[in-house]
Amino acid sequence: MNNLLLILVGSIFVNNFVLVKFMGICPFLGVSRKLETAFGMGMAVTFVMGMASLVIYFVQNYVLVPLDLVYMQTIAFIVVIAVLVQLVEMVLRKVSFSLYQALGVYLPLITTNCAVLGVTILNVNNNYNLIESVVNGVGGALGFTLAIVLFAGIRERMELMDLPEWMDGFPGALITAGLMSVAFLGFSGLIH
Amino acid sequence: MKNSCPACRKEEIEMNLKKVFLNGILNENPTFRLVLGMCPTLAITTAAMNGVGMGLATTFVLVGSNLAISLMRNIIPERIRIPTFVVVIATFVTIVQMLIKAYVPALDASLGIYIPLIVVNCIIFARAESFAFKNKPLPALMDGLGMGLGFTLAITLLSSIRELIGNGTLFGVQIMAESYQPMAIATQAPGGFIVLGFLLALVGVITRKADRKSGKEGA
Repeated sequence: MNNLLLILVGSIFVNNFVLVKFMGICPFLGVSRKLETAFGMGMAVTFVMGMASLVIYFVQNYVLVPLDLVYMQTIAFIVVIAVLVQLVEMVLRKVSFSLYQALGVYLPLITTNCAVLGVTILNVNNNYNLIESVVNGVGGALGFTLAIVLFAGIRERMELMDLPEWMDGFPGALITAGLMSVAFLGFSGLIH
Repeated sequence: MKNSCPACRKEEIEMNLKKVFLNGILNENPTFRLVLGMCPTLAITTAAMNGVGMGLATTFVLVGSNLAISLMRNIIPERIRIPTFVVVIATFVTIVQMLIKAYVPALDASLGIYIPLIVVNCIIFARAESFAFKNKPLPALMDGLGMGLGFTLAITLLSSIRELIGNGTLFGVQIMAESYQPMAIATQAPGGFIVLGFLLALVGVITRKADRKSGKEGA
């Protein structure tokens, strides 16, 4: 139990996927202009990362390892993730159309989010068991959501500010993210 | 410029190839102009050597996948092209992963998880979709080479700056004077965002100046 809590706090704050590990930067910079869409993206990623951690645990331990195909890891994982994203999209459409509409636009983008592939490889490298893998996946995604929602909030306010010309667009966004990252460094003493 | 003589046509094709090659390095530099593939750009640029290693590994994958996709562009059905790209790219990444593990284990240790993550580098996807799938093998190869080298140059520059400020060294060689106090934050996570932010700002200022100049000349 203690161990799970450590993994959860570690993946949300200490090793925040976006601000410390630099995974999922593309959606972080691309879909953070409005608070609402940022939150939608965060929820979609949380769903997919949790599912991917679960499914890939079985793929790794019951397919790749017994068949001695571990070197096929990268190919197998990315194909599983692509299929999973497609499945999630189809199931959501049937089961909850309102949720599908809310997340719909972001779902296809998630296949190329490095955080999803990253968390599954980390789970395997760290030898996490089934529950630890899922906790790490969901925690990492919650960390992603936290970062992107905070960032979107700041960017909404930055729209109203009179920035110098050289800071407009990406440079300003990156420097802002850098300052947020400094704040997240403060958590690094929490866990060793 | 329509020439019928074979020699002139050959010259024209060579001109185009050169243009395609330079396009990736300058006009459409993936890092500075298109702002693609940010994850490895920020994550592994803590030392100049990592920048070179990651850049060359990505170039290898980019050239291989561009060439393979261009060769198969008439066989791949339009509707399943994205899954096909994913598998082709993942195959080349697996090859490069094995080569690095076998021949440069030190690089494998410092790049770690970011080598398999080349699969989801948006630059490779973007070139497969927007260039390789629509062009002949030779231009696709040149495009992969140009984009890959443009990426390599950009992240080597970024990682050199971060290593110099954060460690006082360049490719592991002491550059700064002994009395220089290294600012460790440049090699930590925040440094990546901030240094890249300033670099992009600099590129922006230079292009805007160049645009204004050429605009004036045009008018």
